[in-house]
Amino acid sequence: MAVVQSASTYVPARSRWSQQRIAPWVFVAPGLLFFTVYVIYPIGQSFLIGFSDWDGFSDPVRIGLGNYAELFDDDRFWTAIWNNVLWLVLFLLALPIGLAIALFLNQNVFGIRLIKSLFFFPFVISQVVVGLVFAWFYDPNNGLLNEVLALFSLGPTAILSDENAVTYGIIAAGLWPQVAYCMILYLTGLNSVDPEQIEAARLDGARGLKLLWFVVLPQLRPATFIALVVTMIGALRSFDLVQVMTDGGPFGQSLVLGLFMYHSALFEYRMGYGAAIATMLFLIMSVFIAYFLWRMVRTERAAN
Amino acid sequence: MFPRPIQKASPFANVSYRIALPIALIVWLLPMASVMLTSVRSIEDINRGNYWGWPSSWEFANYLVIFDATPMAQFFLNSLIITLPAVVGSVALASLAGYALAKYKFLGNIWIFAIFVGGNFVPFQILMIPVRDMALWTGVYDTHMALILFHVAFQTGFCTLFMRNFISGLPNALIESARVEGVSEYKIFWYIVLPLVRPALAALAVLIFTFVWNDYFWSLILVQSDSVKPITAGISALRGQWLASWQLISAGAVLAALPPVAMFFLLQKHFIAGLTLGATKG
Repeated sequence: MAVVQSASTYVPARSRWSQQRIAPWVFVAPGLLFFTVYVIYPIGQSFLIGFSDWDGFSDPVRIGLGNYAELFDDDRFWTAIWNNVLWLVLFLLALPIGLAIALFLNQNVFGIRLIKSLFFFPFVISQVVVGLVFAWFYDPNNGLLNEVLALFSLGPTAILSDENAVTYGIIAAGLWPQVAYCMILYLTGLNSVDPEQIEAARLDGARGLKLLWFVVLPQLRPATFIALVVTMIGALRSFDLVQVMTDGGPFGQSLVLGLFMYHSALFEYRMGYGAAIATMLFLIMSVFIAYFLWRMVRTERAAN
Repeated sequence: MFPRPIQKASPFANVSYRIALPIALIVWLLPMASVMLTSVRSIEDINRGNYWGWPSSWEFANYLVIFDATPMAQFFLNSLIITLPAVVGSVALASLAGYALAKYKFLGNIWIFAIFVGGNFVPFQILMIPVRDMALWTGVYDTHMALILFHVAFQTGFCTLFMRNFISGLPNALIESARVEGVSEYKIFWYIVLPLVRPALAALAVLIFTFVWNDYFWSLILVQSDSVKPITAGISALRGQWLASWQLISAGAVLAALPPVAMFFLLQKHFIAGLTLGATKG
């Protein structure tokens, strides 16, 4: 603090005032510049590319809504949309399962800290590794799933090459780290649940599920909100697992919008078409993003 | 406390709980444990279909093989070269921006904040074509720098959200009294705010390290040579080459998972604190 008080840092009153007006802009400028160049501007750019026919090398040709007209006629698009909806709905299972595990682990017994960390472990590793692990788990020849099924004289199944089961198989793999994430949110939430309210409710005779539903869950609302937002965004963003496990196969049956876009743009050299798919995905996600921002701005305004 | 502490339950419930706990853990981690075991299996085990049992011999040499016969060491190094500067860059930019958004009232403050937060949630595909184009056009395509720059920019969104919320909680009195003393705004940031946010910087750095290390999408988009490819893309490419050599792929997978896992176990407190920020208040 000696530095703070040294005379050399004294600033006269007038420049003081203008400095207070300029300083925040100086602070925010580098981050905002980077973010604008790499995130905000590309969104607009992609939007525009979506209205053109472009292979990435020659000059783009503007074709208006041509890409969108083709898109709505493309079976792959509808498969991908349907799979994204499946992801979205089934991924939400991460919340109740995560809560259940959190409740199971919220005890004070020997070694519980380590056990909690180990339960969280799947979230820390890369989706590429998760994909490899599960591709192997599902392996039709020697995979553990089939070994277990064989115990009950079932199977063998080849989930990742079965066009009706493949998306469910990948979503199950995705749930593994996602449940871990929701679990940790709920464990933190449970830590700060007001014990007096719980005791009071217990005195009133509430217990079990009733206590959970009417007293505990309302207090976990902030954790639930974050879990919900992150899980939904994660479901719509799904790419890594699908790419690693099946690359969209068999016969494009496990395609999601993110992967469909990647294939169109980089392997079919159709940048315009890819940008149109990305725009559709972006529009779907904007609904969630807008809701999240609206809620955030509202609470900010209320706080001030 | 909810649920009721198990110690208050019947002795039977108590014992069952303590037995159920490790069993649940083993089932939960079974897929990962088997990969770890397989990374030290012999090729004979793999060929015989012994994927899930105990390895008949412990082949730690598998790890030497992946370093020897594949560019895995290079991939690992690339991941470090990309991740470390990206963490430093995004955390630095976000400390500045987060401070401005938390402690100054200026026109558009909340909107700039909303841009950082909202941008953080967009699908990568909407950025893909222009960002790749930009990399080609500026000549950074297929270099470490392409990934570093993108990660710095993108992670700044989440980091700013994080830092802004943390700095908002610092008392204004400290800053005000320094102003009264006549300390310049920039020195206030450097000598007063920065020391106070050190714990948040640690939490954030651990988290961003994991995010960037685990990135896969951008390593497919922005680089292609083995000399710059990070380990996520590297291992995925190697899998295509050794379809049946599961012991080697497993060893690679363990290697790829190691740094984030080590980071998590060493800095667990920071990690959880960062991840659950906002989970306990509105």
